[in-house]
This record gives sequence, C-alpha cells and structure tokens, in this order.
Amino acid sequence: MTDATGQLTTADGKPLKAALAASLATRRRRAFLLVAPLFLFILVSFIVPIGQMLYQSFYNDTFSATAPNLVQWFDEHPAGSEIDESAYAALAADLALMKQEKTAGAAGTRINYDVSGSRSMFTSTARKADKFEPPFKEAILAEEKKWDDPIIWRAMRSASSPFTFDFYLAALDLTRDDSGSIVPVAEGQAIYKTLFWRTLSMSIEITALCLLLGFPIAHLLAVLPMRKAMLLMILVLLPFWTSLLVRTTSWMVLLQSQGVLNDLMVWMGLIGDDGRIQMMYNQTGTIVAMTHILLPFTVLPLYSVMKTIPPSYVRAARSLGATSWTAFRRVYLPQTLPGIGAGGLLVFILAMGYYITPALVGGADGQMISNMIAFHMQKSLNWSLAAALAAMLLAIVLIFFWIYDRLVGIDKMKLG
Amino acid sequence: MNTAATDDGFVVFDHVQKSYDGETLVVKDLNLSIGKGEFLTMLGPSGSGKTTCLMMLAGFETATHGEIRLAGKNINDLPPHKRGIGMVFQNYALFPHMTVGENLAFPLEVRGMGKSEREAKVMRALDMVQMGKFANRRPAQLSGGQQQRIALARALVFDPELVLMDEPLGALDKQLREHMQFEIKHLHETLGITVVYVTHDQGEALTMSDRVAVFNDGRIQQLAPPDELYERPQNSFVAQFIGENNKLPGKVESLDGDNCTVRLSTGEIIDATPVNVRSVGQETLVSIRPERVEFKPEMMPPGAHMIDAEVLEVIYMGDIFRTRMKVAGTEDFVMKSRNTLGQTKLRAGERIKIGWHPQDARALDPM
Repeated sequence: MTDATGQLTTADGKPLKAALAASLATRRRRAFLLVAPLFLFILVSFIVPIGQMLYQSFYNDTFSATAPNLVQWFDEHPAGSEIDESAYAALAADLALMKQEKTAGAAGTRINYDVSGSRSMFTSTARKADKFEPPFKEAILAEEKKWDDPIIWRAMRSASSPFTFDFYLAALDLTRDDSGSIVPVAEGQAIYKTLFWRTLSMSIEITALCLLLGFPIAHLLAVLPMRKAMLLMILVLLPFWTSLLVRTTSWMVLLQSQGVLNDLMVWMGLIGDDGRIQMMYNQTGTIVAMTHILLPFTVLPLYSVMKTIPPSYVRAARSLGATSWTAFRRVYLPQTLPGIGAGGLLVFILAMGYYITPALVGGADGQMISNMIAFHMQKSLNWSLAAALAAMLLAIVLIFFWIYDRLVGIDKMKLG
Repeated sequence: MNTAATDDGFVVFDHVQKSYDGETLVVKDLNLSIGKGEFLTMLGPSGSGKTTCLMMLAGFETATHGEIRLAGKNINDLPPHKRGIGMVFQNYALFPHMTVGENLAFPLEVRGMGKSEREAKVMRALDMVQMGKFANRRPAQLSGGQQQRIALARALVFDPELVLMDEPLGALDKQLREHMQFEIKHLHETLGITVVYVTHDQGEALTMSDRVAVFNDGRIQQLAPPDELYERPQNSFVAQFIGENNKLPGKVESLDGDNCTVRLSTGEIIDATPVNVRSVGQETLVSIRPERVEFKPEMMPPGAHMIDAEVLEVIYMGDIFRTRMKVAGTEDFVMKSRNTLGQTKLRAGERIKIGWHPQDARALDPM
C-alpha cells in the first residue's frame, strides 16, 4: 500500500518505516540492556582510564597549580621579557606558598623533567622562603646562584600553562631551544626514537618468525586426523596455560651463558668453554622468548582458516597441471591470507606493547618502548611523558591497523 | 563409441588393490578396462571404493598393489599434474579468490601458454557451457548450476582426453540435475572425450553412461551397459541397488537349461531364469521388477505358473498404479501397471493371481 506521496504504508495507513522502527524498538532496547553491564564495565575500567592517561600527556598542572604568582607574571610578561625584580618577587611569594603547602617537591619535579637538578633548587630555596626580603632578586640569588639561569625561567614559563605538547616533543627526542623553536635534543640524549624503531623492527621480526613457524604447524593441525590433531593442539596450547613468568624464566634457564643450551653445545664440542654464546640479555633473547610466547596467537587464527579450506582446491589445482609448489602459492596461500592477516596483526600488536619478557630477558639492548613507559611510570614518575609515549604507541598500532584494513580489509579477519 | 572392454583399453586398472590401514582392503583386485571415448560410470553406495578408484586414477592416492595404465603407459608413479586428466569435483573446487576467467586460465597458465591464446581458449570454453558473459564474476556470485558449468569448462579448457567427475551434480536440485546430465552427455559426445563418472545416484548412471560399473565392498559387482544392468542383474546386490525390485526367497525345484522352477518358502512354485544357481535344491533369491509383474492370464505365456496375491494398497501415481500386495508371506511385493484407458482397477482386499515371463524372474544368489 502507498499513501498520497508514494510512501509505503501499513494496512491502517501508518508509514511503513515508522511501523518497522516501532516494532523493532523493543527488541533493540532489550539487546542494549543485555550488553549494558559489559559496556559499563569497559567504560569504567578501560575507556575512562585510557582517556585520563591521554589527557595527562598534554595536561600537567603540578607547577601551574602550585605557583599562581609566577603564572600571573608569565601571563603579563610575554616570552623574552627581562627577568626583573617583579619576577623574583613572584618567585619568592610562590616559594613561600610552596613551603606552606609542602608542594615544592612536586613543582620542582615538574621543572626537573626539563632541567635536571632543578628539583633540589626548589626544595632548598623554598625552605628559606619566609626569610626573603626585598629586593628579592639579590636575596634569592644569594641563596641559590642558579636561579638566574634563563633555562630555568624558560622551563617555568612553559610549565606555567597546564596544557603543553612538550611531552610529545620529548617523546620524539625534540626540545625547544633558547628562542623557543623546536630542535632535536643533543646527540647523546636521544633515546625514544631509536627505541620506537627498535620496538617496531623487533615486533616485525617476531611477527614474521611467528608466521613462518606457525604456518606449517597450523597446516598440520588442519590436515591431520582428529585424534592426532587434538594431541598436537594440546601441545600448541600448553604454553597458553602456563604462567607467562614461568615460560620466560624457563627461557632464561635455557639461554643464559651457563644455561642448558650453552652447556649442551660445550659438551658436544661445538664451542669452547670460553666461547659460550651470549643468547640472553640482548635482542636475540627477547626475540626468541617472545616468538615462543606469541606463537599460539598465529597458529590459532591460521588453523581456523585452514580448517575451512577443503583439500579439493589443491587437488583441483594439481589436476589442472600445477606442481605442488604452484598449487600452494597460487591456490592455497591466497586463501589463508585472512588467517595470516589476523594472526600477524594480533602478534604484531601484542609484541608492540609487550613488557614483561623484554624486561626479564632483554638486558639493555632488548628493551622495548613499553619498558621505558614503565620506567617513567614507576621510577622517574614523569607520568605525562609516559602518557605521551603510550599515546604514540597507540597511534602507531592504530596506523598499522588502518594500513591492514586498507590492504586486506578488517572484515576478512578471522580470529578462530 | 567403443563400449567393448579390451585389454588395450585407454584406461586400464590391472589387479589394483588399495588399503589405507594395512588391515582392510578398500579396493579388492580391481580389473577394469575403459575404451577411448567411452562414458563409464562407477556406481555404488558410499564406502564401496568407487571414489578411491577415481582418486587413484587422478593420482591423489597411490595403489597399494597393481598397475593403472593410461594410453598404454603405467601411471602409478606419475604425479597428478603430469597426468593431464581433467577433473570435476563434487563441490566444484572453483578457486574463490580468482574470477571465473582466471579460474579457467589457470590450467593454461601453468602450461606456459601465451596470453592471447589463453584468452581465446577461455572464451571458447565459456561459450561451450553458455557462460560467456560471466568471465569477470567471482565464483561466489554464481548459482550452483552456474558454478557447475564453470567447473566443467575448467576441466575441459586444456583439452584433456580423459575427464573424471566425482559426483558433480550432487549439490544441484532435481530439475537442474537432469538438465546438466543431458548437457554433460552432450559435451561428451561432441568432444569425443573419455569420461569416468562417479555417482551414487542410479538414475544418473543409467541415463548418462555407455557402461556402468556397480561397486560394492571394494569389488565391481557387475560391469554392463545400463539396459543389461537393469534387466539382467548378475547378483542380488545389483538387482537391489538398481531400480525397484521384488525378492522372493526359495529353493530350486527343477533346473533345465535356461529355465528353472523355484519352490518358495510358503510352498508355491514359480518360474525363473537361473543366473546364480547351479543345482537343484540350492537356496536362491528370485528377483522380479515391479513393472514386469502381470495379473491378467491372457498376458502370460502358456504353461507359466501363477500364484495367489492379496491386494493391500493401491497408490495412484498419475502415469502408473503402484499396487502393494501380500505374496508368499511378504507384504511388500509391488506391482506397477500403466494407467491406460480401460485398465482394470484393483481394490484393497481383492484376491488375484499374478505371474511373469520366466526370463523376467531371475534366480540369484541368496545374499
């Protein structure tokens, strides 16, 4: 039925679309209620904390909240202004405030991110803040000569606004020079970019190794008779059921220079006792252990894809005149692509953010970006920098996700 | 058309045996010779060894014992891609990541054929199955019947002399299946290729083949043209498996050349043709086709025995009446009579006498 405007209507004249929406509304509400608990849980435990973390990467008010007078002075005097008596007066007032509120340490830590050694200046000068009398410049400089260093004042100016992208600059091994323009940090201090590259290249190596090792296993699983396949599947999954820490530790037992592998090779005479190979506390150790730990993540999606490929495809290719290699390359391999994509992407993303294994077997050489994030969270307490590094890691993962979607298509992914 | 089995056949199975586990034989001493240009069907229930035979011929399974020869050459150790045999699979096995055109070009490509020649051949093969417009589609965009045609075209595009078909029509609906049977038969005749066809559908086997090999229990039970297979089954299995069949168990009463009489377990005597019986007193199973049963005395040859029957049920099937009767103790004796003008209408409960020409009743092994 149609009404005057040509729209489809129900028997009693209501527009069909409205009637359909009404009839589906209840069902939709019920479906939403079913997922609501999980949705709330994810919101509270996942999305909100990540949001907060990302917020911290460009919002840090530890200095701006504790030094209101300096904030006001920086507002009134644009960059490049002379640091005059009024500035020192504001500093003296803030230091007094910090002493009173016991926040000198926190404010100092914030400035210390940019200028190392400045935390102690804050704490020690704040201790005597009550005694300063005008002229404040002389009084403060008499107490601590380093206060007339323009670097300190530049750092305080940039920290006077709680919103800053300096942490992202730091995460990219960039800094601001005296004039405020962005320049690379000094040669010896650049660490993050190398670390990002290393994390990326190690993740790619681990992903490639996992695919290379996992492909034949998955194929075997898919073609073996049920009983044998189940046994093999248990062997593949066994590491899954073991604690991550136990697995990593057993690799340490195997790989260390006084470990099983080296002992075996010395015993067999392959290497001399003084020529034990360093297989751990470097990239090799990290790659070996992580490949082993992440292998099931490639095997399972590959297996689930291969299981659905009937053997008749390869047989058809063979009967049509293809050698077994051609049949594999032209017919079998292309059909496993969704599994390769899913397994590869999964392992790559997991490897990018892996923490515990590189921390235990990585040494100095095999550290990854996550270890640096943990360091800033736990040791240096520079949460904003940690957040900036984490945000960049997240961005890199999302970029790879996007590339994957463009190349393979996310809808083709099969996770078993 | 060469329907004669000769020793120098195009395809020869010579004492072929196959075992998967070393304990049981799936194929037991198979001897089969297929002539060039012949359409041979391997028919049998699942697990009878017919698909294994096909797979051995294609090269995906190796014979445990014996020799398989193609055009006089032993192909036991020849890998599948060097055999040059076209094959159509049950699920079509069209490569899902290639277009129809690429699927058809695949066998030509791996043979190193040039692009222009390839395209011409692909188009010719597609036209042959009336699918010329579909070269750029993906297999998933085609219906079952269309995929079937493409699979057929792909198996033929590289001009193989032998084409194997493994239940190719199993997934199609009845009407389409019958249409495709006709098309495959037609292609076979125009191209002059040799076809080995595997099916468990006896109707398909009878309508398409030059000869049918009925498989059971790893052996060929009978190898014969369709009419012979239906009308003159060599043993009880074939009689049962092909078409509908009435069975009457009994003992051979008298034996005289091409005729014998059988005393049924309930005492009646019937006429039969001895097939698998050799001596008087032997146990036998007499097999009679439902459409060969007569209930009018004037249709019977003189002197033929007739026995009592009680009509249990008459089913109207349009072209025929299907009458179920109680005969010699069995209640599922079936007679089919044509629905002609003036045909006698039987009713349930009626008692009649039935009989048959002696050559239509075959005294077979007791199974």
